[in-house]
Amino acid sequence: MKKRVWRLLPLMVFTLLVIFLWRGLSLEPQHLPSTQIGHSLPEFQLPQLGTEHVFSTQTVTGKVALLNVWASWCEACIEEQVFLMQLAQQGVLIYGLNYKDDTADATRWLKEWGNPYQAIGEDHRGKVAIDLGVYGAPETFLLDSHGIIRYRHVGILDAKSWQQEFLPRIRQLETA
Amino acid sequence: MIAELGLFSLLLALFFAALLVIIPTVGLYKKKDNWISAAPFYATGQFLFVALAYLCLTFCFLQDDFTVLYVVSNSSLSLPWFYKLCAVWGGHEGSMLLWVAILSVWMLAVCLFSASVDRAFRTRVLVVLGAVSIGFLLFLLITSNPFTRQFQNLNTQGRDLNPLLQDPGFLFHPPMLYMGYVGFSVPFAFAIAALWLGKFEPAWAKWTRPWTLAAWCCLSLGITLGSWWAYRELGWGGWWFWDPVENASFMPWLVGTALLHSLAVSEQRQQFMAWTLLLAITAFSLSLIGTFLVRSGVLTSVHAFAVDPQRGLFILCFLLVVIGGSLLLFALRAHTLQKVINPAPFSRESALLLNNVFLAAAMLTVLMGTVYPLLIDGLGLGKLSVGTPYFNSVFVPLMIPLLLLMGLGIHLKWQQDNVKSIAKRLLPIFIFAVLCPLLVLVVLTDHLDLYCLLGLILALWIIFSTFRLVILRGRQRGWNTFGRAFWGMILAHCGVASTVIGIAVSTAYGVQDDVRMSVGDKATLAGYSVQFISETPINGPNYHGAQAQFLISKAGVEHRIYPEKRIYNVGQMAMTESAIDANFFRDIYVALGEPLDETSWSVRLYFKPFVRWIWGGGVLIFMGGLLAMLDRRYAKVQKPVCNVHAHEVQG
Amino acid sequence: MPVRFFLTLCLLFSSYHVFANSMYPLASARQQSQFDHLLKELRCLVCQNQDLADSNAGLAKDLRDQVYLMVKDEKSDSEIINYLTARYGDFILFNPPVKSITLLLWYGPLLFLLLGLFIFWRTCLKRTVNE
Repeated sequence: MKKRVWRLLPLMVFTLLVIFLWRGLSLEPQHLPSTQIGHSLPEFQLPQLGTEHVFSTQTVTGKVALLNVWASWCEACIEEQVFLMQLAQQGVLIYGLNYKDDTADATRWLKEWGNPYQAIGEDHRGKVAIDLGVYGAPETFLLDSHGIIRYRHVGILDAKSWQQEFLPRIRQLETA
Repeated sequence: MIAELGLFSLLLALFFAALLVIIPTVGLYKKKDNWISAAPFYATGQFLFVALAYLCLTFCFLQDDFTVLYVVSNSSLSLPWFYKLCAVWGGHEGSMLLWVAILSVWMLAVCLFSASVDRAFRTRVLVVLGAVSIGFLLFLLITSNPFTRQFQNLNTQGRDLNPLLQDPGFLFHPPMLYMGYVGFSVPFAFAIAALWLGKFEPAWAKWTRPWTLAAWCCLSLGITLGSWWAYRELGWGGWWFWDPVENASFMPWLVGTALLHSLAVSEQRQQFMAWTLLLAITAFSLSLIGTFLVRSGVLTSVHAFAVDPQRGLFILCFLLVVIGGSLLLFALRAHTLQKVINPAPFSRESALLLNNVFLAAAMLTVLMGTVYPLLIDGLGLGKLSVGTPYFNSVFVPLMIPLLLLMGLGIHLKWQQDNVKSIAKRLLPIFIFAVLCPLLVLVVLTDHLDLYCLLGLILALWIIFSTFRLVILRGRQRGWNTFGRAFWGMILAHCGVASTVIGIAVSTAYGVQDDVRMSVGDKATLAGYSVQFISETPINGPNYHGAQAQFLISKAGVEHRIYPEKRIYNVGQMAMTESAIDANFFRDIYVALGEPLDETSWSVRLYFKPFVRWIWGGGVLIFMGGLLAMLDRRYAKVQKPVCNVHAHEVQG
Repeated sequence: MPVRFFLTLCLLFSSYHVFANSMYPLASARQQSQFDHLLKELRCLVCQNQDLADSNAGLAKDLRDQVYLMVKDEKSDSEIINYLTARYGDFILFNPPVKSITLLLWYGPLLFLLLGLFIFWRTCLKRTVNE
């Protein structure tokens, strides 16, 4: 009956493959995990949009907050803006990192779509974004009060991901 | 109205497919001859209604019927009419309809061109194909209806066809590829029919081989066209990226090649039946798995269609039923089909077996590399990427022994051959194949690339060995005894050698340069002078942009080429139309990158020697297969032979 | 291990593939080939199946600039790679590193070949034992 085992081999290999393919349906291959989770923010100093102040690591440290990477050329950021405005009204601290953008375009965009940000850093060259491991816009980082990155969300931030990913972590940070 | 007509046609096609599966099957078991011979009629009915549905969708595109969601997403008012024809298969739903349409075409072909096949057996084949059609038609109707209406977005230009697809190559590449993929369903159906029957039909391999050749030819040409098109369209001189979708077409091709060779043994020696059946099942299974990979969002690919896990789940269930069922059937029944005789170690049979071992190992390697990121992610072990460097470093070493074998195997006799006499015949040829490229490279180039030398040695070994075989056979048996199948084999093997030469030389001796150029600037590339002559704005039917003129010159010979940078009006997507100065021995390739300031551009220049030989080889392979398919032995109509062989029914 | 070493050696031998790059001028041929080689090893994260040498994406250009600056600064391959994997993870490497999870990937092809050769041996060579 050894022959029978050989003949069943293709079927067994196939079944194994199907199991993994099935698992694969619920994964998201395009979304990369951040390597920065658990690390503190990299040191940076950027011009702040609309003011003379400097946007630095100190600016965003102190309380639990979000750092949202956005740009006026990013279509998906428009969709996200509605939700971010809601969060801002609820009292969530949101800082913006304006990614590879032009000051005039960014200012115009904020006038049109609203400004939920406490402060916005202008990363014209994208260098700070590289340090953060950003590979597209929009992305949102969850920071704790010490400036340590706790989570990174890739893509549009919507109510579902806010409830599933952010709220539990925020609660954990605030009770700690 | 037309869209609803199309949808209704699909439903009718499904109805005919169901009839095709049920009625002849009942007829086979209840011995009702009328019901058995009704199969071709149902298959024809299915074909007619699928064709009608396809025409309806095409009509919707030509009429710019934007109330159909699929049309508004893949077309625009300003799209030229011939690209509208292509846009029909530009998105997921339409390409699935194309799949089903091509499957129906193959089924019709089986009805029309299988005069030599036993009637009852042919009915089984059609029933199997009908079952596969039902699966795809259900998939279309339930998850991917191309005729869905939408009424929100009526005052729109249309989202336009992806500019990457607006190229003549796109007219041919997908349909040809689908002809190949889908075509492997026919040998698959022949294999399942044989397993279903449970008896060995001695002519089975002879019936199956021409269909396999037809599908394999189409796939070979489809892959070749895709590679050539990518080279022209994508702007960075690459022609193969080991992208999951490319791999999805390459794997069935590898197995299809193995199947062809295994069928040769089954046809001539009535051996390797189990291998042949398994390969036939595997080739089509890989086509189906490829369909899954591309449409389910499971893998990242530049080719992938819109991601939809629900569709992925449907296909996966379909895969489980079709492939799982076939492999189970194989496990249970394959051994009943023939008595196995082990071939001698030094014979044509064993060479062909070894050939298939290498091809199968290559296929498994590509498969594993393609799904590995998925495996790792699925086990929760993180994200990994497997790309070109990996595939090149594992695939190439596997090909080396295979190419060596190609030169040796064709000389071996069936059943048993003599090592000494073969060695005496082939050793001088091998030495010659080593010395020639060595000499050529040392004399003509300034540095010896070892990889290139290896490739050239293997390619010349195949060519010289094949040439030697022709001379030998001609002397031994006479020059007019060569059948088309023999010439087909010669042509196809030389095609492989040509592709190897093209790959070896263009990879090793190719030159690339990224330069900043303004009008009037000159650059040098591999001894050629490349001058940026002028830049003019252009306006096309659905794009605007700039066209540059470049002058390529060397030793007094001049050519002008016109690369463009286009921005498609609807999607605001930028595209590079590269320009190529091509001849038999080299390509000079110019692509405009980004405009750096008011007057200058970043320009990419490539010198690619012998790159056309890659696709030339593909065309030779296609022609070789075509020739073999037209061999006269397949045209004869044969009555089913009363079998008194020793390899008879094993119950 | 020895297989990979041999292959890497072969690739080095054939790395005469000239990639002159006037957009990124470098002082020596060694630096030039280091730059060229690194760009082919790194994945563009936007167009995820292209390497940094070929991709036209904005991020790819930024990363190319970054690699260029580091090569000019005489940083070693591993320093540059570590810089990038610290920010983007192993995913940015095209060649999966030979860790325990990729053992199957790198040795798999050899395994398949050996399995096939075993089947060949059983089919064709064992026969002489049975005769």
